[in-house]
Amino acid sequence: MTTTTAPEAPSVLIENLAKAYPGGPTVLEGITTSIARGEFVCILGASGCGKSTLLNVLAQLEPPTTGAIEVPDDGAAFMFQEASLLPWLTARGNVELALRLRGVPARERRQAATELLHLVHLGEAGGKRPHQLSGGMRQRTALARALAQDRELLLMDEPFGALDAITRDLLHDELERVWKATGRTIVFVTHNVREAVRLGQRVLLLSSRPGRIVEQWQVTDSIRNDAAAAAALTRDITDRLRQEISHHA
Amino acid sequence: MPSNPTLLDDQPATGAPPSSPSATTIGDLEAGLDRLQSQGPPARRDLVRSLLPVAAVVALLCVWQILSWAGLKRSDLLPGPLTVAASLADAFADGTLQRAVATSLLRGVSGFAIAILIATPLALLLAQVRTLRAALGPLVSGLQVLPSVAWVPAAIIWFGLTDATVYFVVLMGATPSIVNGLLSGIDQIPPQYRSVGTVLGATRLQHTLLITLPAALPAYLGGLKQGWAFSWRSLMAAEIIAVGGSIGFGLGSMLQQGRDLSSMPLVMAAILAILVVGIVIELLVFSPLERRLLRRRGLLTQGAS
Repeated sequence: MTTTTAPEAPSVLIENLAKAYPGGPTVLEGITTSIARGEFVCILGASGCGKSTLLNVLAQLEPPTTGAIEVPDDGAAFMFQEASLLPWLTARGNVELALRLRGVPARERRQAATELLHLVHLGEAGGKRPHQLSGGMRQRTALARALAQDRELLLMDEPFGALDAITRDLLHDELERVWKATGRTIVFVTHNVREAVRLGQRVLLLSSRPGRIVEQWQVTDSIRNDAAAAAALTRDITDRLRQEISHHA
Repeated sequence: MPSNPTLLDDQPATGAPPSSPSATTIGDLEAGLDRLQSQGPPARRDLVRSLLPVAAVVALLCVWQILSWAGLKRSDLLPGPLTVAASLADAFADGTLQRAVATSLLRGVSGFAIAILIATPLALLLAQVRTLRAALGPLVSGLQVLPSVAWVPAAIIWFGLTDATVYFVVLMGATPSIVNGLLSGIDQIPPQYRSVGTVLGATRLQHTLLITLPAALPAYLGGLKQGWAFSWRSLMAAEIIAVGGSIGFGLGSMLQQGRDLSSMPLVMAAILAILVVGIVIELLVFSPLERRLLRRRGLLTQGAS
């Protein structure tokens, strides 16, 4: 895998985006960035910095107050924090629902859903309901459902935040594998610095109230594969994040 | 990754961890973790537990029989279970019992079905249109509290002694409960389910059919259950008050007949028959439906089975 130099049109363009709720504080301000096709970007910030709001705007669940965004015409796939599987459907049923709403004909859905579940190593668990699955299995099902939307852009809102450390490590490997296999553009929101360095090619640090991009780092493969370099970068980012938080003291 | 000896052969000691474990390794790891973290099969139902209600009924019958033997009241005022059973057997032998149960059940079920057909779209409409909900919500809740017997005189004046009277009263009894059940079910849908529907690109109709209705189903079923109870009660009230004309002979009519004849055994036999029909419907229809629905969603606690 090579570092993307974005020769073609970027997947996402954000221009001077701001978001404020009527009568409330400004949540996001002056956000400008572009995300290349196939890039894996992590958005990092303390709680309440508007990370999720930014994703909701990109997913067109909420309109921006000012500024402009450009996302792929077909919109974005979205993976939620937790508990977003519909409890009355089986794991396969949840994936099939995404296919159905995308307009895949009924005959092809079952086959396609089974393939997607195999991709996240859940081939055997398709007939189980969400409450019978462990937290990790649920989030892998949610990942399969997001992939079933077949959008080039995948937005992920702290998808592994509620998982135990062992499962989370494993899902990092899993997500990296799926990303390389499918070539999606991924915007991944997290408050975990180590997770951001582990997954992202680029890490954007958002300040809090209002949320602005204060700094960004490239995480090259050589840094990621060198434990000492990765640890050093993690420390740098953590220091910068803490500095940002202590501003609010 | 020294904790994984199988990888060490392929990775000479470079000091750096392997860039990514092979796909089969992730698959195996996940399969192991999935096995460790998943629950076992659900516990089976306890036979003794399901026999407890039967024991309670038998005990009640014994107390009743003993009381009637003790002769505290005249036997025509407090007949024992055996006398009532004989009266039920008589009614069964000449066919009035079967006819009354069939007539009442048919009316109850069809009236209830009509109520479902009216209440469901009405509730969906109220849930969608905020203004309408604000205007009609209190009225619907009020109607739920109003005893449906109150409609009987009005219905007799409008429709006379016909089946329409009975159906009207049943309808007024059941509809508000079903509407309120579905409405509260829709109110309780976790907001992330709506977001899921929006993100997956559901149209308004798909939203209603594939997300809202199934998500609200448990509360809807609760409303249906209560709606059936109101239907059955309203039906009996209507049958007791409105006798004659073209109205057929139902369980309520049988109860009223017992009163006219001053036959306490017949009155108690009719009460028992009304009670038994109610219990049978609950045990055969609502209880299994509810249990299945909740179990599939993992909402059934073991003690409540």
